[in-house]
Amino acid sequence: MADAVTLEIQRYRPEQDDAPTWQRYRVPRREDWMVLDALNFIKDELDGTLSYRWACRMGVCGSCGMLVNGEPVLTCATYLARLGPGPIRVEPLHGFPVIRDLVGDLTDFLDKLQRVRPWIIRDEEPPLAQGECRQTPEELGEYKPYSMCINCMLCYSACPIYELEPHFLGPAAIALSQRYNLDSRDHGNEERMDILSQADGIWACTFIGECSAVCPKEVDPAGAIQRYKVAATASWFRSVLTPWRRT
Amino acid sequence: MKSGYTPYHPKWYRSRIPIFWWLRKPAYARFIVRELTSVPVAYAALLVLVEAGVVTRGPAAYAAFVTWLQQPMVVGLHVAVLVGAALHTITWLNLAPKALVVRAAGHRLPSAIVLAAHWAGWVAVTGLVGWLISRLP
Repeated sequence: MADAVTLEIQRYRPEQDDAPTWQRYRVPRREDWMVLDALNFIKDELDGTLSYRWACRMGVCGSCGMLVNGEPVLTCATYLARLGPGPIRVEPLHGFPVIRDLVGDLTDFLDKLQRVRPWIIRDEEPPLAQGECRQTPEELGEYKPYSMCINCMLCYSACPIYELEPHFLGPAAIALSQRYNLDSRDHGNEERMDILSQADGIWACTFIGECSAVCPKEVDPAGAIQRYKVAATASWFRSVLTPWRRT
Repeated sequence: MKSGYTPYHPKWYRSRIPIFWWLRKPAYARFIVRELTSVPVAYAALLVLVEAGVVTRGPAAYAAFVTWLQQPMVVGLHVAVLVGAALHTITWLNLAPKALVVRAAGHRLPSAIVLAAHWAGWVAVTGLVGWLISRLP
């Protein structure tokens, strides 16, 4: 191959390996290729045993997140030719147990996502005859950035707290809970606050801010968590200073 | 097939986070530095408390305390404390707009205004303290 680049990929085959190993592959260095195209080339042409996740190839499904040269990225949105002469290191995301090669087990996130009640909670459902629940563009704009999350787990991988404290709810789950809190149709704020203001919720976050830096959808989970902290503190003060009022 | 692996129950590989995880990325190292600057801030607060305690023990005790403050080693330490505390304040102020959403007339104020207000507050308080110190006999 005249213009080629070496990919150094972390392999873990549980039936034969006790710990991951590195395997090198030479792939064509094409200007229009993403890292994912190179992985697909390996899978199709060089080594069919390589395992990794991908689906949409256009930054929407959130399944191809991996560490490329130590940075959590969507491999479908990272140009191969821009990564220098190589070798380019590809690893599974930090923070998740590895099932095989580049595939991590995300069950922990899915459990946590359910815990934060990421759906619209209403005190009372108005009758259908009343029509739809309308929102102004401002009301939509309040929560829209948080609704862009594609659950790609790059933020979890960038968060050392999640690796150090596996009980931490983590950036995306808290940002998604904030997405519903800030929705004008939702009344579940208090219910979610009970879950999020526990030790493994917002207070475990030390505001390193890398979750927002790596987010491919500019969701800003770090901002969501800090806003939550301010709201939780204000609500605590209100409950202490005016205990007769419903907080 | 090695033991510990069955087809339908994965044998996960769990990596342990290295003790020097904060050297992985410059952003992590900056975070650790930012967190460590809380030590100079705590020290500065303690120093003020100690000074107040010394004042209650009379002029002789206070003079001895001032002599201790004037030692080159102590001056050097306190310059380092000042730098740490300033760094702590600056990073704190710069992060404030992330946490604080301020609304005026139904609209969200831009981050730049929230940031500028924090800085203005800091400058005003510093100026006030400086003015009070300058008025000391």
